[in-house]
Amino acid sequence: MALVQIKNVSKTYQTGDIEIAALSDINLSIEKSAFVSFVGPSGSGKTTMLNMIGCLDKPSSGKVIVDGKQVDSFNRQQRAAFRGNAIGFIFQSFNLFPVLTAYENIEYPLVMIRNEPAAKRKEMILTILDSVGMLNQKDKFPDQLSGGQKQRIAVARALVTQPKLVMADEPTANLDKTSSINVIRLMREMKDKFGTTFIFSTHDPRIMEEAEITHTLVDGKLS
Amino acid sequence: MIRIFKIALRNLLRYKRRTILTSLLITLGIVLVILFSGLAGSFKTMMIGQITDSNLSQMQIHKRGYVSSIDTMPLNLTLDAKRYKKIETLLSGHSEIKAWAPRIKLNAMLSNFIDTTNIRLNAIHPEKEILVCPDVGSRMTFDKKRDPGVLLKPGEVIIPEKLAKGMKLKIGDPIVLVANNKDGSVNGLNFKVAGIIESILGPQGKEGYMHIKDAQELLRMDKPEMIEVAIRLHDFDKLDKVYAAVSSELAGFINKKGMPEFEIHTWEKLSPFSNIAKMIDFMTITMKIIMIAIVLISILNVMMMSVYERVREIGTMSAIGTSPGRIMSLFLAEGLLLGLISTIIGNVIGLTGIFVLNIYKISFAFGRQDNLLLAPTVNMTELLWVSIIVLFISVFASFQPAYKASRMEPVDALGHV
Repeated sequence: MALVQIKNVSKTYQTGDIEIAALSDINLSIEKSAFVSFVGPSGSGKTTMLNMIGCLDKPSSGKVIVDGKQVDSFNRQQRAAFRGNAIGFIFQSFNLFPVLTAYENIEYPLVMIRNEPAAKRKEMILTILDSVGMLNQKDKFPDQLSGGQKQRIAVARALVTQPKLVMADEPTANLDKTSSINVIRLMREMKDKFGTTFIFSTHDPRIMEEAEITHTLVDGKLS
Repeated sequence: MIRIFKIALRNLLRYKRRTILTSLLITLGIVLVILFSGLAGSFKTMMIGQITDSNLSQMQIHKRGYVSSIDTMPLNLTLDAKRYKKIETLLSGHSEIKAWAPRIKLNAMLSNFIDTTNIRLNAIHPEKEILVCPDVGSRMTFDKKRDPGVLLKPGEVIIPEKLAKGMKLKIGDPIVLVANNKDGSVNGLNFKVAGIIESILGPQGKEGYMHIKDAQELLRMDKPEMIEVAIRLHDFDKLDKVYAAVSSELAGFINKKGMPEFEIHTWEKLSPFSNIAKMIDFMTITMKIIMIAIVLISILNVMMMSVYERVREIGTMSAIGTSPGRIMSLFLAEGLLLGLISTIIGNVIGLTGIFVLNIYKISFAFGRQDNLLLAPTVNMTELLWVSIIVLFISVFASFQPAYKASRMEPVDALGHV
């Protein structure tokens, strides 16, 4: 069974009297351990699509099934719990917590969401830090790290809970070319190592080349 | 929980200037409350001590109806020996009561053989009175050769300062006191001015003093009678409790008309200073309300700013699965910590201030006593309550911003610019 199933999903936004269709009747399946990209011009619905799959938003119509659960029917609390247990997030602006060190940023979901015991937590964090090559930077605060290093920490934070799915909305948009390629390669390595499904959006043709499957969105429709 | 407070503390330190300014404001409020409560409490305690220890006593028992007609000093509402014995038996059953003393209050005419004027007299049993009002002699001036242990002997009168000036009387001068007894007959006796007493707050402060035996003779009382029984406790703080107990027992004494035979009043009902004491209490409460307002507005403002500045961060917390309750607790912890830190600093500075004021004591004059020292004290129970109130208000003020943060939709918060 596919990890993600999108069935007749549409999403419209109301701006005053104007109704804007961000997604129109999308049908899609994404298998486990896939490395999938969504591409398309600005306003094509990439972020909206990722928000639907990542349980951050609900469709106006249609069904979103992730890991066998119809997540569009979840309430606020259930969606938060599901995200914490099954989904990791990587953001365009890294979104690390500025008051926490690299180590503590990765630790955050294990403490605040999973309540993992201290010893297990430490082992998980050190393993993932080693995997992303940031073990020697673990005690630095985000403002002491470069953009590429921050995104590596963000990747580690997304993966430390061993989610089935990682959502990355334009993860390389704020990085230079070398860092972008390094981060995407790191994501692929992680996917191969942990069997995690990665779904990301991008504008960058060099990044698109790294994806196993690419879906193109134009005006809210798959083309 | 420790992790939540750790993150909250770091977020407070992230905006150092704002946190310090807010904390200073709250600290200032707490310090002002501690100092004001200490000074006002000290002043109130001292003044109550002056009034109860030098003149009024802490409680008084009269025959029912006396206090309502106290201005005319009626002599028909006396306690005879039998009733006094009943009261003595009752009072001796209360271990909290330290001493009691009988008194007679009377109006009389005082003559210096040239002029005549009226005088209000407090006839006391000196040895018992000194136990009930240990500072009774503090407002009196005596002949320097007089034995300081002797307050008043039969045949002596202590007269008010203003009356002495007006009548050109000095210590050692002979006078005549003339008084009507309860039947209306007049009697006069010779006395010697043994001392001068300064006035104190209220009309009772204008009274002179004489020996109770002289008063009984002047008023031609065949058997010992008295007007009031003044009472002193071992511990003034138990006044309300003892008053309630004695009052309840006195209610058991019924006269022939089926009405209570006696009445009992605390100093608060007998002295106008009780209104000033209430005003001091009111001002202390006002200070506390101002402090609460400072805490409420400061923390509400800071926490609202904190939430608005960290919308994307809240979105990230929510997106990665932090429950709304946990997001809320993060912000509540920030408010609580801000209140806690300010409370600790405020208590330390406030207590240091009280300590310093106790070293460099503030002196003030009151009547003949011109070097009364204010020694502010801290009521630890009150300090604890102030601290609890500040902490509660800190959490309360943080509630709305914290709730707002917890209700943010991650998709909206992440898109916030």
